[in-house]
Amino acid sequence: MPPSSDTGQNAANIRLEGVSHRFGQTDVISDVSLDIADGEFVALLGPSGCGKSTLLRILAGLQEQTIGRVLIGERCVDGLPPRTRGVGIVFQNYALFPHMTALANVAYGLEAVGISRAEALVRARDALAGVQMTPFGERKPRALSGGQQQRVALARTLAIGPRILLLDEPLAALDKNLRLDMQLEIRRLQRALRITTVMVTHDQEEAMGMADRIAVLNAGCVEQFDTPEAIYDRPETLFVANFVGAANMLEAELQGGPEGFRLHLADGTLDLAKPAPASRPGRVQASIRPEHWSVAPADGEGPTATVSIVTPLGPSALVDLVLSDGRPCRFSFPRAQGVHLTPGDQIRLGLQPGAAIRLFV
Amino acid sequence: MSRTTTWLTAPLCLYFVGFVGIPLLLIFFISLHDTPAMTGIGIKGYIRFFSDAYNRGVLLDTLLLGVETTVIDILLGFPVAYLYVAAPRWRRFLMFMVLLPLLTSTVVRTFAWVVILGNHGLINTLLAQAGLIGTPLRLLYTPGAVAVAMAQIELPLMILPLITAIGGIDAHIIEASHVLGAGRWRTLRRIVLPLCVPGLLTGTLLVFTGAVSALVTQTLVGGGQLAFMPFYIYQQAIQAQDYPFAACVAIVLLMTILLIVSILNALGRRSAGYVHG
Ligand SMILES: Nc1ncnc2c1ncn2[C@@H]1O[C@H](COP(=O)(O)OP(=O)(O)OP(=O)(O)O)[C@@H](O)[C@H]1O
Ligand SMILES: [Mg+2]
Repeated sequence: MPPSSDTGQNAANIRLEGVSHRFGQTDVISDVSLDIADGEFVALLGPSGCGKSTLLRILAGLQEQTIGRVLIGERCVDGLPPRTRGVGIVFQNYALFPHMTALANVAYGLEAVGISRAEALVRARDALAGVQMTPFGERKPRALSGGQQQRVALARTLAIGPRILLLDEPLAALDKNLRLDMQLEIRRLQRALRITTVMVTHDQEEAMGMADRIAVLNAGCVEQFDTPEAIYDRPETLFVANFVGAANMLEAELQGGPEGFRLHLADGTLDLAKPAPASRPGRVQASIRPEHWSVAPADGEGPTATVSIVTPLGPSALVDLVLSDGRPCRFSFPRAQGVHLTPGDQIRLGLQPGAAIRLFV
Repeated sequence: MSRTTTWLTAPLCLYFVGFVGIPLLLIFFISLHDTPAMTGIGIKGYIRFFSDAYNRGVLLDTLLLGVETTVIDILLGFPVAYLYVAAPRWRRFLMFMVLLPLLTSTVVRTFAWVVILGNHGLINTLLAQAGLIGTPLRLLYTPGAVAVAMAQIELPLMILPLITAIGGIDAHIIEASHVLGAGRWRTLRRIVLPLCVPGLLTGTLLVFTGAVSALVTQTLVGGGQLAFMPFYIYQQAIQAQDYPFAACVAIVLLMTILLIVSILNALGRRSAGYVHG
């Protein structure tokens, strides 16, 4: 496979400056600014309809943003057509040319940039080999499985050596095992080529597992742009806390005292070392992940709850609880701990030492 | 299919058997008579048709007319269909213009061409007034005039299937072509054109069969000297009162059309196979 354009003088970092887009009267993208480094793998994560595809299409030049600037390698690309931007895009439905063989699909882009047919075919074979598709070169797309079509689409895009790879939900149509395989495959290729990549997904595990950084989008706005760990451990907004991973959202009253902070729930109290991001005493929403809880001694101060369902999930167990005010709550713990809970048990909850629970106003 | 739905098609089946099937068999039976008086069973009529160069000429001229009409309609229809799909804001207007000919009667449309192409018609008057010609050009009653008039009348039947075919191409496929570095022209030639071959074949089928069998337009725009198969049938049956030979000509035309339709259908199935996975 031909290497992506040389690094260094041809750095492919991406900068979005205050990009907004409206379709008619509706704002689809609102003031998005992102800085993506050369060779970085960024996932755009968000619920359906939040504008992920639109943002990707703006990057590709398939859509012109209403306001703002797009820079690739420090050069403003506004108004430039897709083919002069050095981007490659893989669509969710692959968009392979149905009347051409896999090989011809891959060779198409090479011929389009003026490479002779013979040379294009040689390079296309290399590109197909790069995604383990050599035996399928002569097949038409309809005679390929979803995963194979996916590989051909990837090879077709990478064959022209784009500086930037854009992926719009590339794995959404694949079943779970294949999806995991392709996640590894894409990550491997991306690392090998050191190609700046932006991938749209609404699957948080996919984003977590593949991306260097994740931009969480909600209703056209970037809620948080950070590493997967930070997104999970330190969500900046209520939306991110809710959207990424499971979290119990509990109404609480935060009190600050000389010996630390205390969180008053409906029927119990939790001690906090350092509340964040909201830290002013008053009413807050506490986001407590299931693994943050622990079973506390019966005479503790934490909230009490009744066990309703225990679900063993391999190495950990997930417990559905009902708090004493009647609200549901989830708790998970490593099964190796030897805790035994059965439905109907009354337990008192406490926090795991160092649990980073997040507070929002 | 359930029994009920099978029975629901019964009226249509009866209609076809009664008004298409039986008359066709009847014509075929009549064509197997050797004399105008319907005596003697045999294939003398067919032998007579193919042994006479004039008759073969009429058949070839008719097929040529079909081909010319189809080619003109592809050349005129493709850009219109492409524009229709590419420019949504023009759609209402374009569709109105495309359908307009279908909403007027064939006779009216044909006379319009007579008025345009006649010796004292629109074109000759304009050219004469501009001082470009002294005597009127002979436009009407020429094979070219028939093809042009026919093409205008059959045009919607080419444009409508092409619109369906071009409109059915996934927009992402076109975008993929552009992002891969292909310009508009390459995308049109390598992606759009091949993908609308099924629509092109459907349009060809409709236009060709329409053109070779359009008695009124062929006769009014072509005049007496140009003979095409449908008028030849009419002439033999009504003027010469030779029903068996008229039936022969009809069966020859029918079989030729059937042959061409089957070839187009076979091509169509193959192209549909690679276009729609
Ligand atoms: N061409 C268009 N005209 C008008 N509205 C559009 C157009 N394309 C998208 N939209 C709207 O813009 C919003 C964002 O669309 P977009 O396709 O970017 O969402 P998405 O985040 O990719 O969603 P999904 O995960 O479902 O693909 C949606 O509300 C959609 O209805
Ligand atoms: Mg989308």
